[in-house]
Amino acid sequence: MVDLSVNLNGLKLKNPVMTASGTFGYGYEYDDFIDVSSLGGIIVKGTTLKPREGNPYPRLAETPQGMINAVGLQNKGVDYFCKNINPKLLKYQTNVLVNVSGSSVEDYMATAERINELDNIPAIELNISCPNVKEGGMAFGTDCTSAANVVAAVRKVYKKHLMVKLSPNVTNIAEIAKAVEAAGADSVSLINTLLGMAIDAERRRPLISTVTGGLSGAAVKPIALRMVWQVHKAVGIPVVGLGGIMCATDAIEFMLAGASAVQIGTANFIDPTVTVKVVDGIKDYLERHNIGSVNELVGGLLE
Amino acid sequence: MLKRFTTDFTVAGIENIDADYILLKLQHPDKLPEINAGQFAEVRIPDTAKTFLRRPISIEDVDYENNTISLLIKMIGNGTRLLGSLRRGDSVNLVYPLGNGFSIEKAGSRPLLIGGGVGIAPMMYLGRKLLENGAQPEFLFGARNAGGLLLLSEFEKLGRVNVTTEDGSVGTRGFVTNHKVLTDSISSYTSLLVCGPTPMMKAVAALAKAAGVSCEVSLENKMACGIGVCLCCVTDTTEGHKCVCSDGPVFDIKQLKW
Repeated sequence: MVDLSVNLNGLKLKNPVMTASGTFGYGYEYDDFIDVSSLGGIIVKGTTLKPREGNPYPRLAETPQGMINAVGLQNKGVDYFCKNINPKLLKYQTNVLVNVSGSSVEDYMATAERINELDNIPAIELNISCPNVKEGGMAFGTDCTSAANVVAAVRKVYKKHLMVKLSPNVTNIAEIAKAVEAAGADSVSLINTLLGMAIDAERRRPLISTVTGGLSGAAVKPIALRMVWQVHKAVGIPVVGLGGIMCATDAIEFMLAGASAVQIGTANFIDPTVTVKVVDGIKDYLERHNIGSVNELVGGLLE
Repeated sequence: MLKRFTTDFTVAGIENIDADYILLKLQHPDKLPEINAGQFAEVRIPDTAKTFLRRPISIEDVDYENNTISLLIKMIGNGTRLLGSLRRGDSVNLVYPLGNGFSIEKAGSRPLLIGGGVGIAPMMYLGRKLLENGAQPEFLFGARNAGGLLLLSEFEKLGRVNVTTEDGSVGTRGFVTNHKVLTDSISSYTSLLVCGPTPMMKAVAALAKAAGVSCEVSLENKMACGIGVCLCCVTDTTEGHKCVCSDGPVFDIKQLKW
């Protein structure tokens, strides 16, 4: 009997598999396909203080082994979430995290404060890395000082587990990770999408309305792995790895590079049952290699 | 919402309708679930250097006796061309049935089903469902030329078929909006149910609005997930951005900002 449970600095997961924000809706969209409660956790859609309509269509381009999106944090705002969506999440016997975004430090604080009141939500993922909004978003996460400032401000009002989602669109992600750790983050998750672009040569036009957008999918995995490895060596808090995980082997690679848990994103669009397959695959791997606990994989790369 | 599944089908038949179109018949070992007319499937595409996401394809017809779903596919891109290379016996994974579908009850006793290009796809199953419900469906199809009018003899079994071609090779010359069923007798229909290129649907919607006839259109935005989570396929509605995959693909034109 292998032990799949993970303790992320106080946040207990029954297994290391979570879902990435923006790829899993609010969980219930997947009820027809999987038992959502069997996952380690789900991270629901990016939530902001005020409702946001997001960017104009088209928002999507398929790229080699990946996709570029420019949704722009479309959501109905934190009040709507608390009143209308959260009651539907009470049924899940797993960790439900809310991804919190904003365009000012005050926005982040006010949203986090509202989520703090929800007993069923044990943690937030602070999104300082969305590449698809004009103000805020990634701007907070690409500079050590602004990243530390927003994390410190939210830390004051948010009393539970604070996970901070990092942007890969930086020169040195380990420095940003150290800055948010010092500012009070309980864990970091990485990577958010890579800023990318796609062109229709025949029409000489960009394929998405905002010209640039966030690249995700299998194509980004080597970059995400490298960054997880770098951040794991730089910080003492747990690292949650994501970026192009398509199967259990990918997830195990992230854990060997230093991730204590993983998130699965774009792969949900290709196989809505992929998350449970990854849980089963990790279990098989541990049994095959005679490893008692999944935690033994973390940072277990032989260099 | 109808329960959705992700499951493997076997290719029971693949028919080349013309150079650009195939009719793919997919069989399942078990009884098929309830499927609404106008719903679609997200079809898994073989993983290649140029294909990654599933492709949303309208359900053309459902044969409950043989547990078979038919998909009419226009081979226009890398993904759909790969589907064209499938062979009998191959396995294909679907996530289905997705989206809302056309309103059978609201359509009334004399609906006109209008299709252009690959937009004729949902009209076969829709016509059948309407007939079952006691309505008398009539069809109007538009194409560039006679070769672009597909499956006409099949549609004729379900109701009267009117056609237009841009080159005038068969039927009325011009677009569907030039046909006399729309120019002269639009008010004799209880509803217009439309699927085709956006300019065609917008032109029909304008006529429907002017004549005060109920009109539903099926949109075909680019999508990734098919289940309302990625928020990529949105269309602008009177209530803000809505997902074509989960709030649509069928919308009453009153909901759209057309």
